[in-house]
Amino acid sequence: MNINMTLLLQALGFAIFIFFTVKFVLPPLAAAIEGRRRQIADGLAEAEKGKAALFTAQKEADKIIAEAKARAAEIVAQAEKERTATIEASKNEARAAGERERAMAAEEIAQLSVKAKEELRDRVAELAVAGAKRILAREINPQVHADLLAQLKAEL
Amino acid sequence: MAGSYEGPGDYIGHHLTNLKVATGEGGFWTVHLDTVITSWVLGALGFGFLWLVSRKVTAGVPSKVQAFFELLYEFCDNQIKDIFHGDRRFVVGLGITVFVWVFLMNAMKFLPVDFIAKGFEAVGINYWKPVATADVNTTLALALSVIGLVIFFSFKAKGFGGYMHELFCTPFGSNPILWPFNFLFQLIELVSKPLSLALRLFGNMYAGEIIFLLIALLSIGGLFGVGAGAILHAGWAIFHLLVVPLQAFIFMMLTAVYLALAHESH
Repeated sequence: MNINMTLLLQALGFAIFIFFTVKFVLPPLAAAIEGRRRQIADGLAEAEKGKAALFTAQKEADKIIAEAKARAAEIVAQAEKERTATIEASKNEARAAGERERAMAAEEIAQLSVKAKEELRDRVAELAVAGAKRILAREINPQVHADLLAQLKAEL
Repeated sequence: MAGSYEGPGDYIGHHLTNLKVATGEGGFWTVHLDTVITSWVLGALGFGFLWLVSRKVTAGVPSKVQAFFELLYEFCDNQIKDIFHGDRRFVVGLGITVFVWVFLMNAMKFLPVDFIAKGFEAVGINYWKPVATADVNTTLALALSVIGLVIFFSFKAKGFGGYMHELFCTPFGSNPILWPFNFLFQLIELVSKPLSLALRLFGNMYAGEIIFLLIALLSIGGLFGVGAGAILHAGWAIFHLLVVPLQAFIFMMLTAVYLALAHESH
């Protein structure tokens, strides 16, 4: 155990190595580690933000889908209503047309019946006249009436 | 193996002797060249390597080397974060320097003792102690530097008045009669810190070296000795897989603890 100059030289070496390490060796490494730490922290924060954004988007999408569903249901209901209305309208129209047709047919029947009655009346008159003629022909003395007939002939 | 030595004592003594160079008159001006060169080369290699790695670091996907460096950094940073509050960048740098350098110097133990001695003998250098931390000059240099920093941090954190107050008025009280006792107490604490740092590491490494040398001496006993020595050496080396990083870790942790104590104002 003899203490000598070596001690001073070793202390000098120690000082140089401390200075070198603190000044040149460690700062880049510490900066790199710090940088990576920050990157990781940033990445985690980004992921958190992304998750939140995804959540919002999901909610938005859900809202839009619900809206679309409601709208579709509305449209279907509307269409249903319109269909019913159309069917009702055509039914009514058809019924009206049938009514009209029937009315026309009834009128024609009525006309025909009037006509037939008239014809019948004419025939009845003719028959009456013919009957009367026959009765008269038996009752009338052609001589008695010859003047009259002659008068008529003259008038013709 | 120990054939060229006069005896086991000579063998061990030789392997634990530093390569000395005198730079002036008197014992103090001696330099242990092996200690200085080994530790400086190891430091230059270790910190140069880390520097090369740190120049290519990226915040993106790290390379394997960067991942290893980050592991080391995060390990030290986490340990120090728990004890040192405030801006700890310098303390973490200091901790990593201590850990890496002490670890590398300790790790020289893994090289078989005679490989180094014989290798240097072959190029004409008769003494070369490879484990720089088994030289008390190294450990004491580290510890005294740490205590210098402790005093500096104390002044910085508490101010001159605050630190003087702490030196003279704690732990017993601020009565002027108690000032000398307080100061004596603080002084003992201030001296015991570097001594405990330095002597723990030095003692561990030095004793470990002696055991390695004793195991190497077993080979005097012929083939059986060589076999037993090989097994024992392997066992002791495996044990040092634990001791080497542990001692480096303890040195780093105590450094951080002392600096944290200095930094915290009471």
